[in-house]
Amino acid sequence: MSDGVAVETEGLVKVFGGNRAVDGVDLRVPAGTVYGLLGPNGAGKTTAVKMLATLLRPDEGRARVFGHDVVAEADTVRGRVSLTGQYASVDEDLTGTENLVLLARLLGHGRPAARDRSAQLLDAFGLAEAADRQVKHYSGGMRRRIDIAASILNTPDLLFLDEPTTGLDPRSRNQVWDIVRAVVDQGTTVLLTTQYLDEADQLASRIAVIDHGRVIAEGTKGELKASVGSGSVHVRLRDPEQRPEAGRVLTTALNAEVQFDPDPVALTATVNGHGTDLGAAEQAARALAELARAGITVDNFALGQPSLDEVFLALTDRKGPAA
Amino acid sequence: MSSATSTETGTATGADLAAPRSEELAALLVGQSRPPRPGALSASLTFGWRAMLKIKHVPEQLFDVTAFPIMMVLMYTYLFGGALAGSVSAYIQFLLPGILVMSVVMITMYTGVSVNTDIEKGVFDRFRTLPIWRPAPMVGYLLGDVVRYLIASAVMLTVGLVIGYRPDGGIVGVLLGVALLLVFSFSFSWIWTMFGLLLRSEKSVMGVSMMVIFPLTFLSNVFVDPKTMPGWLQAFVNNSPVTHLATAVRELMAGEWPAADIAWSLGWSVLFVAVFGAVTMRLYNRR
Repeated sequence: MSDGVAVETEGLVKVFGGNRAVDGVDLRVPAGTVYGLLGPNGAGKTTAVKMLATLLRPDEGRARVFGHDVVAEADTVRGRVSLTGQYASVDEDLTGTENLVLLARLLGHGRPAARDRSAQLLDAFGLAEAADRQVKHYSGGMRRRIDIAASILNTPDLLFLDEPTTGLDPRSRNQVWDIVRAVVDQGTTVLLTTQYLDEADQLASRIAVIDHGRVIAEGTKGELKASVGSGSVHVRLRDPEQRPEAGRVLTTALNAEVQFDPDPVALTATVNGHGTDLGAAEQAARALAELARAGITVDNFALGQPSLDEVFLALTDRKGPAA
Repeated sequence: MSSATSTETGTATGADLAAPRSEELAALLVGQSRPPRPGALSASLTFGWRAMLKIKHVPEQLFDVTAFPIMMVLMYTYLFGGALAGSVSAYIQFLLPGILVMSVVMITMYTGVSVNTDIEKGVFDRFRTLPIWRPAPMVGYLLGDVVRYLIASAVMLTVGLVIGYRPDGGIVGVLLGVALLLVFSFSFSWIWTMFGLLLRSEKSVMGVSMMVIFPLTFLSNVFVDPKTMPGWLQAFVNNSPVTHLATAVRELMAGEWPAADIAWSLGWSVLFVAVFGAVTMRLYNRR
């Protein structure tokens, strides 16, 4: 049963007061991959992860991690998973070294082994210089790194990362992404929650979109994107007079609705792939060529990915779970 | 994908700019064998070590086990000494063991507050996902607190000796008294871990703790012999765990062997651990 499946849930429910934070979630996470739980704040992502990490008891349904029930066999599950919570899951009063040595000791390492392992990890995570500083003096990116380092003191079979890059600057975010890739390359399964489509896109091979405690879509990145359209074309014209004409050209070229932005020279069109086999970039290129042929001067032309907002609007519009 | 970009400069510190090294990290992740899980004692002691590290980094938290006990000894000795026993030096022979018991039992109250503030932090989620003996984090707390109680005891005994306390039981009697006090305080503290997990805010923990601790410590034989109290109060005071403990510590330090009161104190200790320890662990697992 555990063969190739890291996490399996059936009808998982958690109720807080009258709020069904997780409302019947079915997931199947293949081992050895990064699986993204994508959703806005309050969607139930963290609650779901907490149940899988044995921190909360499900009210209904069940969940298995590598075939072990998270309630009945909680201790076995704990031996195979690590959790990096949304807020630093390390002791802010202690130094980086102290945190790692403490946890290494709790995982059964002798004192010298705990010290060695901690020093090696701090070094690999670029934290050697900050090793003897209290974590509360770390920057956001450094906290995230020490937190992940703490999670891989013993290489876990399954690593939970709850919004690992929320609040980080782009550089620190890229570093965290590199770390996640390195961890997965060595065979660890990663269950990642995020509110950024971009992050799920960069890291995850499969994604479940969660809203109001339910999975509203599930699939590979390609499947999800195809289901919501590939993105939007943002155009800025030199002459506002030409905007109505540009709108007509784009509507025809992209077979899509065009929105006129508040800015009098800007307009946006969705590239939805309907009625054509062309990719988003090809369609956009064709649209640009059409604009030029119609004698419209374009100052700026950009193809953007669908934002999480757009994915959500598209998915929730359709109502009912697609998975 | 190497990200060894050491040439960048910025406003952050040098350490912040050191990038993680994926290759090195990869090497650390493979071929690693998991050591056997630590035993219950080892895990608890490790959490006790965490408490020591916290004292090292935030030494101000020792204020309540140094300044507060000194204040208690001086205040009550000079306030009641003349009136209750005729002189300060006569009263302190009676009072010091009692005020020691009272102060340390009062200090145990802070355990609830620290559990309450700590449990809200992310680090507790990590502890709770570790494959270790479940009560270890709580036991570790209390072991760390025992060190605090030991410091308080040493401080108070020193002040007492300076102002005229002369225990007939000598070093052995004093140490036995302190040992009994520490065992009782460790066991009694499970009430606070329970409240720390049960109540929602630090303030409510503090409020409830005061309601428990004041009657329990004042309605005892710490200050005066209960013989002058009304009958109903005597009934309460004579059966209070704090009275048994105060009597046992007082007599141990006076060089006697109060078998019955020692037995009562230890009996109460077992009861506290059995009841409140169990409730604490239930709350801890249910969170």
